[in-house]
Amino acid sequence: MPETKPVLMQGNEACAEGAISAGVRFYAGYPITPSTEVAERMAARLPDLGGVFIQMEDEIASMAAVIGASIGGMRTLTATSGPGFSLKQENIGYAIMAEIPCVIVDVQRMGPSTGVPTAPSQGDVMQARWGTHGDHPVIAFSPASVYETYYLTIAAVNLSQKLRQPVILLLDEVIGHMREKVTIPKDSKLMVEKASDKVPADWKPYDEKGLTPLVPFGFGHYYHVTGLFHDQYGFPTGDPPQVERSLDRIHEKLEKYRDEVVLTNYIGHKEPRVVIVTYGCTVRSARAVVKKAYWNNRQPVGLLSLQTLWPFPDKEVKEVAKKADVIIVPEMNRGQIVGEVERHVKGEAEVIPLNRYDGEMISPDQISDLLGRWLS
Amino acid sequence: MAVIEHLTQDFLRTKKLPHIWCPGCGNGIVTAALVRAIERADYDQRDVVIVSGIGCSSRAAGYLNFNTLHTTHGRALAFATGLKMARPELKLFVIMGDGDCSAIGGNHFIHAARRNIDLNAVVVNNHIYGMTGGQHSPLTPTGKKATTAPGGTLEREFNLLELAKGAGATFGARGNAAQPRQLEQLIARGANHKGFSVVEALSPCPIAYGRRNKLGGPVDMLKDMKEKSISIERSAGKEESELEGKTITGVIFSYDAPEYAAEYHRFIGKEVPAKSGG
Repeated sequence: MPETKPVLMQGNEACAEGAISAGVRFYAGYPITPSTEVAERMAARLPDLGGVFIQMEDEIASMAAVIGASIGGMRTLTATSGPGFSLKQENIGYAIMAEIPCVIVDVQRMGPSTGVPTAPSQGDVMQARWGTHGDHPVIAFSPASVYETYYLTIAAVNLSQKLRQPVILLLDEVIGHMREKVTIPKDSKLMVEKASDKVPADWKPYDEKGLTPLVPFGFGHYYHVTGLFHDQYGFPTGDPPQVERSLDRIHEKLEKYRDEVVLTNYIGHKEPRVVIVTYGCTVRSARAVVKKAYWNNRQPVGLLSLQTLWPFPDKEVKEVAKKADVIIVPEMNRGQIVGEVERHVKGEAEVIPLNRYDGEMISPDQISDLLGRWLS
Repeated sequence: MAVIEHLTQDFLRTKKLPHIWCPGCGNGIVTAALVRAIERADYDQRDVVIVSGIGCSSRAAGYLNFNTLHTTHGRALAFATGLKMARPELKLFVIMGDGDCSAIGGNHFIHAARRNIDLNAVVVNNHIYGMTGGQHSPLTPTGKKATTAPGGTLEREFNLLELAKGAGATFGARGNAAQPRQLEQLIARGANHKGFSVVEALSPCPIAYGRRNKLGGPVDMLKDMKEKSISIERSAGKEESELEGKTITGVIFSYDAPEYAAEYHRFIGKEVPAKSGG
């Protein structure tokens, strides 16, 4: 490990620092609460690093500019919140279809619509999955601390490059604005997974055989990039077998690298009767409950925290369902990830939602109260 | 009659032809003028990027043998802004239709102009949404018919170049498909200009616009286009009444102002290479 120094910073700042550590040198964005600190940090940092910061005229343009810069060969990131995330959706779909790497940060606030701009929420989980039209693969991470935000941002950038797939970081307002200690490696070059700069002689931009690096524009490879279904060279096609194969291929790359994409963490009892499955800032309350249960005669309680929300960690959830009688799913919405949990648990355990959507966090007591009913 | 020399095949993806455009469409003429302008400018092929939006004319990108980027509807300039900032040495041509550029993409158009970023916009203005079958656009003249304005549109149209100028663009020119040699020269001059340049290329759409408005066939439309146009040089000193119903062609405005991508790279202390690293 390189030399390190602990610093106190916000989740939003840690996100910007993680991006910089991972080699992001292009940021395009539009001001929106509660994500603005990401942009402000990038505006302060990027010029000194020889990078580009640009405040665009709107959210749509920010997403477009990020894709354009990625095609130019830069590592890119943009940050927003619910209303802006809605506006970005069409171009997120474009990046998925055209396989252009980029990272989109959504610091979730209370919606729908303008909602409560300064209140936390986890209401964009399904929007991250299905926000853009059509049948598309999605990667979305949800960090539970400032530290995790830093490292998941790095993972998001590197994974996005490797798979040529946009990665969404779903922060929530609590994580975005909370200040915690983070240790940032001094030599951040180690965090950049360098792509091969050797272009194979038979390089095709959309090789059917599998992952192929993106060769930026301006290097004499005259290919076409489009949001239309396309052949291996990027040219539009409406040929049914080719359309089907293309759609399968963009999904299969996520399936093939599932183990690198799906990140979860289990803590607690080895033979749990009750398991809490949650993500983002709600993990913090759940962790307090699991700790308390341990000190309270080692009650059989566990916590499966999901750093990856999409693709959904189905295997990991099935695994805990084999042991547990009850799975509690606390989330700050009216029930979004709980449907996925139920779909994969298939009755192996009882799945109990715990929802809060008044703009306040779910407290450890709320979880404990529910837990008590199954432990007594 | 002047003979137009054979178009270079190097810059065309001949395997992708024939194109999808209707018989009598002006898109092919405008695209050929663009290719000739690029040839005339003597750019290295690898430095040229064609960016386009969505619509009939935006399909031109697929037929041109460069790095080509066919984006989402209205957003071509926003994609191009990101690419230009990342790679300021590249020469970007942005092909848009009238609806793509001035309706759904209107915000990006005025802000690209405001930044005076070195992008070369070629706006193919056929006064109609062609690909979707003939709906009115912000550049459909008042009174003209469209599927969504069967009695003629009541809306007033933009003057695209006045809009660009007001927003801060530093080069604006107008040409048409009936005078391809002039159009080629205008695109070449726009490309040579440091800053945001707009070339409005008037182009006939006999199928979705001409037919509904009883403007005759493609030849009639081209003839009419030619007869109605007057160069800016010849229009000088003429009374307003003499110019009634005329379309002024040529370089409408051109002046110098700081260009954004170069200004930004100067600010961060980076030199912009003359050519790409490839």
